[in-house]
Amino acid sequence: MNNSMTNLEKIRKSLSRRNRAEGLFRWAGRVAIFLGLMAVVVLFVDIIGKGHGAFRIAYIELDIDYDPEKIGIENLSDPQQLAGADWQALPKAALNKQFPGVTSRGDKRSLYGLISNGAGYDLKDRLMANPLLLGDQERVWILTDDDIDTYYKSWLAGEPYAARLTDKQVEWIAELHEQGKIRLQFNANFFTRGDSREPEQAGIRGALMGSLFTLALTLILSFPVGVAAAIYLEEFAPKNGWTDFIEVNINNLAAVPSIIFGLLGLAIFINFFHVPRSVPIVGGLVLTLMTLPTIIISSRAAIKSVPPSIREAALGMGASKYQMVLHHVLPLAMPGMLTGAIIGMAQALGESAPLLMIGMVAFIVDIPGGFSDPATVLPVQIFLWADSPERAFIEKTSAAIMVLLSFLIVMNASAVWLRKRLERRW
Amino acid sequence: MDVTNILILVFGLGVFAFYLGRARSLAIAKPLGGIRYLHSLPSYYGFHSALWCALPALLLLALWVVFDDPLINSIVADSVTGSQAAGDTASYNLLMNKISNVSAGILPRDGRDPEILAAADLMTRLQTLSRWALTALILTLSITGLAWGWSRTSQVFRARQVVENVVEKLLLGCACVAILTTLGIVLSVLFESIQFFRSVPIFDFVFGLEWSPQTAIREDQVGSSGSFGAVPLFVGTLLVSAVAMFVAVPVGLMSAIYLAEYASKATRSYAKPALEILAGIPTVVYGFFAALTVAPFLRDLGESFGLSVSSESALAAGGVMGVMIIPFISSLADDVITAVPQSMRDGSLAMGATKSETVRKVIIPAALPGIVSGIMLAISRAIGETMIVVMAAGMAANLTANPMESVTTVTVQIVTLLTGDQEFDSPKTLAAFALGLMLFTVTLLLNIFALQIVKKYREQYE
Repeated sequence: MNNSMTNLEKIRKSLSRRNRAEGLFRWAGRVAIFLGLMAVVVLFVDIIGKGHGAFRIAYIELDIDYDPEKIGIENLSDPQQLAGADWQALPKAALNKQFPGVTSRGDKRSLYGLISNGAGYDLKDRLMANPLLLGDQERVWILTDDDIDTYYKSWLAGEPYAARLTDKQVEWIAELHEQGKIRLQFNANFFTRGDSREPEQAGIRGALMGSLFTLALTLILSFPVGVAAAIYLEEFAPKNGWTDFIEVNINNLAAVPSIIFGLLGLAIFINFFHVPRSVPIVGGLVLTLMTLPTIIISSRAAIKSVPPSIREAALGMGASKYQMVLHHVLPLAMPGMLTGAIIGMAQALGESAPLLMIGMVAFIVDIPGGFSDPATVLPVQIFLWADSPERAFIEKTSAAIMVLLSFLIVMNASAVWLRKRLERRW
Repeated sequence: MDVTNILILVFGLGVFAFYLGRARSLAIAKPLGGIRYLHSLPSYYGFHSALWCALPALLLLALWVVFDDPLINSIVADSVTGSQAAGDTASYNLLMNKISNVSAGILPRDGRDPEILAAADLMTRLQTLSRWALTALILTLSITGLAWGWSRTSQVFRARQVVENVVEKLLLGCACVAILTTLGIVLSVLFESIQFFRSVPIFDFVFGLEWSPQTAIREDQVGSSGSFGAVPLFVGTLLVSAVAMFVAVPVGLMSAIYLAEYASKATRSYAKPALEILAGIPTVVYGFFAALTVAPFLRDLGESFGLSVSSESALAAGGVMGVMIIPFISSLADDVITAVPQSMRDGSLAMGATKSETVRKVIIPAALPGIVSGIMLAISRAIGETMIVVMAAGMAANLTANPMESVTTVTVQIVTLLTGDQEFDSPKTLAAFALGLMLFTVTLLLNIFALQIVKKYREQYE
């Protein structure tokens, strides 16, 4: 009796300590969740904070005089004259007119540095679209250089970053701003152009098209093959060593690092079969092999979730095994399979490591028009820009990440929606 | 005709064959008194004809596409025997390039060696011949197949069995793609690695302490040999992975425990998907985040404590990698924790244990095999992760265990050795495949081991 009383006392005594431990443990769990969620928030805030500026870009308003003499051109339909013409002279002359006091060579150079060195070609496109402008004058918003754009944005935000500008340039921008001749406009170039060494002219259109072609090929190849493999393994495969071997292979492939698939693509597709480098065909093939396990595994889960009663009913009515699968199991499992396919595609869209191996990191200016044009994909474009030293590319990279993430969010959301909407509970 | 057109043609013929076969079976059935007097449904007869029409033709097409170019190239190369003949692989590639460019009209013909011109003409001729032969063969094959399939249609012909048999073979073929992929990986990595180990002894590679893969272009250059001791890479990889696990395991495990044991249904329903967002973010985004946000932050933080943290520290890359792995560990741990039978919880609570004591002394030990295998899978993922380390870790191979210094990893070296156009026979590129072999072996062993544990564990509670 005495002994048990002391036990009870012991327990009472230890109770507060144990409760404290309980509270601490619970808090540790809360902190862990909080840390995880914070990581999500910090990541998104950081990316959006860095990248939102790239959707607008600074333009300067200039009076352009399409003087045939200045460009060195008389006839717009003569390709030789077009090739030899000095288009950049147009905005340069307009800048001279805007700032007549600038005379020394050094000052002139920094004056011309205000605008993008592609500005002349933009004016050329304008002129070609409307040949009547030749000899006429026009007020046009001209794209600025990336350093000017960076400075103007930071200046508007109240923390001017003038490291790469001359004092004169800073003065001129202030003057232009007072006159309302410099402003931020929607950056259409970002969505309509390919890659460029000049940040202000670089766009993601080329990478987007490359991703589109690569993913299209991946989907065309991996979905039918994946579904067929899943059907075989779930419905037809005999229980034997060979089937086990296939299953072990699929499970292991799902966990193989993606870069290994790049090595496979390099050694087999490029080195052995001589598929050209950098093209969506080889990218699509590699990504197909990479996403196949994901699609097979999710398709098998979808087939498994169809209740056996459906199969038995179909077989009982005299359907053959193939009719049962084709007419009953497959339609019922299709939503789950599609969900798996979308998730697999989202994975493939974000993948870049294997594509580095097969040469899809090349600097490609032209927008690819087919499966066999050299191309890069969106994540690799992000990788390339992240490596670029220009400050303006940080903004571009973040903006490209925002575009990539919005695609992924749309894909994943549609997968969730599809699952909720179409998947039946039995 | 080019391959795409032939493909479309074969497909069109297949559809045509389907309708022909079906129509024939219907025509047979009509005088008998309806399709129930046929052995199979009419569409099976259609599929039978279509399979005979398309399948052999497609097989031939695939073989042709694979062997067409190498065959023509070797014939053309053999035709060049004079002064232009190629000695080694490099000059062979150069020669073939020249010939095919002349033949395609990319290079001008004037002033070329007559032998090259002759070879180019031969190549053009052979290519035209090959294309015509292919078209003719495919057409004959599919039309013969169609006729054969069509002629076999009869009242008693077991079309369904035949079609279903073929389809089953096709399905099996699709399932075997996985085996072919594994085989392809093993062969491609092994083959190049063996070549590499011929020039660099395997012992020097696995136990060597110095990694500088730059091989010299000139003979007399300093450090011309290049050294391929991979230990610094292994150490760097382990260091980065260790940092990642240091972040991911506590956070992932604790959040899994909280979500499974403590959280209300409402909390669980939003916190779990929110954590899983981390798993869906592409690794290149993490890499950018690590290189441009976390690394400078850690460097500045270190400076304020008087520590010198490299801006390519293992800490930044590993930390961000850890964040990436959190949802991986938490969802695996969540699965095994919820799989622990409720009776064990009830028993422990009934004995007066607090909830945390139940978790620590009953649930975790019961779920331990599953948790351990989850962590092993996570380690294999950390070892194989590429983009984060390529963007945020260093290039130079330092043999150090200090996470504040810059280290390089196996995957970083594979990428740097193989990006861009390279000769395929220099030890520098082959070294990448040897590293790939190491990576593949280690991750494969980790995965097999982990899956084995999971399997055993599952049997225990099911």
